[in-house]
Amino acid sequence: MESRIPDIVADLSEIESRIHDLRETLLANLVMISEIPAPTFNERERVEFILDKFTESNLQNTSTDETGNALGLLPGTEGDRNILLVSHLDTLFSEKIDHSVSVESNRITGAGIGHNAVGLATLTVLPMILEKLEIKLKSNLILMGSARSLGKGSIGGIRFFLSNTKYPIKAGICVDGVKLGKISHSSVGMMRFEITFDLPDDYDWKRFGTIGAIPTLSEIVTQIQQIPIPNKPRTTIILGSMECGTAFNTIPTEGVLRFEIRSESEEMVNNLKYKIQNIVAEVSSIYGIDISLNIIAQRKPGGIPFSHPLTNCARNMLKHVGIKSWIQPDTSELSAFSDKGIPAITIGMTRGMRRDQIYEHVEIDPITKGLIQLIGMIVSIDRGDCDES
Amino acid sequence: MNPDKWLKNNTFHHSEFSDLKTLVKLKEKKGLKISLCIPTLNEEKTIGKEIVIFKSELMTRAPLLDELAVIDSGSEDRTLETAASFGADTYLAADILPNIEAKRGKGENLWKAIYQLKGDIIVYIDADIKNIHPRFVYGLVAPLIYKDEVKYVKAFYDRPLAFTDGIRPSGGGRVTEILIRPLFSLFYPELTPIIQPLSGEYAVKREVLESIPFPIGYGVETSHLLDVYKQWGLQAFAQTDLDQRVHRNQPTRDLGKMAFGILQAFLKRAEAHELIKLKDHYAQVLKQYQAHNNNYESIEIHIREEERPPMIEIPEYRKKYNIKDQPSGT
Repeated sequence: MESRIPDIVADLSEIESRIHDLRETLLANLVMISEIPAPTFNERERVEFILDKFTESNLQNTSTDETGNALGLLPGTEGDRNILLVSHLDTLFSEKIDHSVSVESNRITGAGIGHNAVGLATLTVLPMILEKLEIKLKSNLILMGSARSLGKGSIGGIRFFLSNTKYPIKAGICVDGVKLGKISHSSVGMMRFEITFDLPDDYDWKRFGTIGAIPTLSEIVTQIQQIPIPNKPRTTIILGSMECGTAFNTIPTEGVLRFEIRSESEEMVNNLKYKIQNIVAEVSSIYGIDISLNIIAQRKPGGIPFSHPLTNCARNMLKHVGIKSWIQPDTSELSAFSDKGIPAITIGMTRGMRRDQIYEHVEIDPITKGLIQLIGMIVSIDRGDCDES
Repeated sequence: MNPDKWLKNNTFHHSEFSDLKTLVKLKEKKGLKISLCIPTLNEEKTIGKEIVIFKSELMTRAPLLDELAVIDSGSEDRTLETAASFGADTYLAADILPNIEAKRGKGENLWKAIYQLKGDIIVYIDADIKNIHPRFVYGLVAPLIYKDEVKYVKAFYDRPLAFTDGIRPSGGGRVTEILIRPLFSLFYPELTPIIQPLSGEYAVKREVLESIPFPIGYGVETSHLLDVYKQWGLQAFAQTDLDQRVHRNQPTRDLGKMAFGILQAFLKRAEAHELIKLKDHYAQVLKQYQAHNNNYESIEIHIREEERPPMIEIPEYRKKYNIKDQPSGT
């Protein structure tokens, strides 16, 4: 069943002209947010910026919590339901890299711009947009910049919030910068690992035939690649990064291998984990070296079905704004919602390139369609169109 | 005015003015209009960000600025298109006062802004600032709004390389420290507390801007300081610490050209103020050298520091602003 497009977004050219000025405010906030470094566990300065913007928009309960989330509440006229919008605060980039942003006629370039400064900037202007469009929601709208999302953060911010909030959440939207058209309604099972190799300086290299961290970790990589991966349930092992070595002529005694298992099946994730544990134990015993395998983060598979009214609503809104939708499983904040049995969805706001690179860029023009999509979804959720019958 | 007293009373930090609501309220109470002028030449990489930030933060969110204009010297890239796409008023310097023969130089753009823009205060911001922030504008215009006697506000910046607690290095760039500060110390000691006399960011009241001549090249900032000082005294100045400014660093060879132009503007004024006596003519060719293996090649650069007269002497300006009296001259 197709959900009804809310009247407020029915006339695209009218709503585009009404929110145009605020799109400029969004761009300004996008630039300023992007230029504040926010590596995972060090999001404080970005939190202050977001909270200032929430306060200026007269949100209530603007506050942070034990994990460093940035929170604000737009009270609804009835307030018996709560909709949570979330974008993560942290980036993959350290404070040391150049965070300056450049703005061209139709694109903005900078580290972490699409992942996820666009999402955060959207949250900062959303209250102004709703006010300008004279949209008065019955539900409370909770806006959240979530801390400790990436890497070892393991979506700690949203998990903490959902476990401790006194506001029961009716539905959630994860606002992602890139890519407009993406709909994530299910989260895949995920387990993230770090293998570390660390030898004492007095290790006797002649005894066991190994020549340092690189061949040892390479041996593990080779064996991981030989594990048969099924097509169904869809499963993958992502070998993300390997760090070791400092010079041409020095045998590295330390090394780190980071990788991730993703699968639609939790059982498959666990099976692969056991296989990799065996590989590490075997290589460790052959060379007589302590190699540690640590689980850094994990998610259970879950989410809402493709036919859920919330997914339908997202598809219809994208069709309405003339954007082709596609389905993509997610491992981000969506997992925290599905763990709690809360219907939620991840959507993108614009197009972009070079995700997670220093020179990532996002396009400016599509942001308007992203905003219209988001407004339509909030209004639809608020009036109950996305409830399961 | 005692320079130490001036330093204490007329030196500010931008954070003192971050309450934009109060600032805008006072600006409106005083009936002031404020224009921002960004002079450009091939700045497509940085201009977009400046326009987006200033327009959103200082026009939409807090209406401190009444006008945001880019005055361009003839960029060959997309500077003007980019600026216009984000809502700036864009002008080609050559199109302003078309009956006056056009000249190329940053000072030319600044001078023509006085004719083209409407503000009672004009704030000039360079287009190459990588860490642009609204403080670059409100930090400069605020002293003009709060203190009626202040007419000209200069920016200064931190240049932190390494320092220990308690001592914070504050100074200008290389040209300031090896040229301007020694010259000021010799001839205009009252002006030495101006920490960065060559900074390209300043806000000025129209009554001052229209009354002073404008070198169109490197000497514009130096000549402003000397002319304003001569006419209104040290008390007309204020300066604001804008923290860090990240921008392109200039090669030493370019600084030589800059110093050469500045010296011309300085010497002209020092002579007019009867502090030195020059011969009738001095060279306007800067000689620099570069080596090719063991051969040394001379490079001659003609730098003539041309000046525009005070805008108030231009008939088109007098007509536009309905100024009836005869110009008083400087």
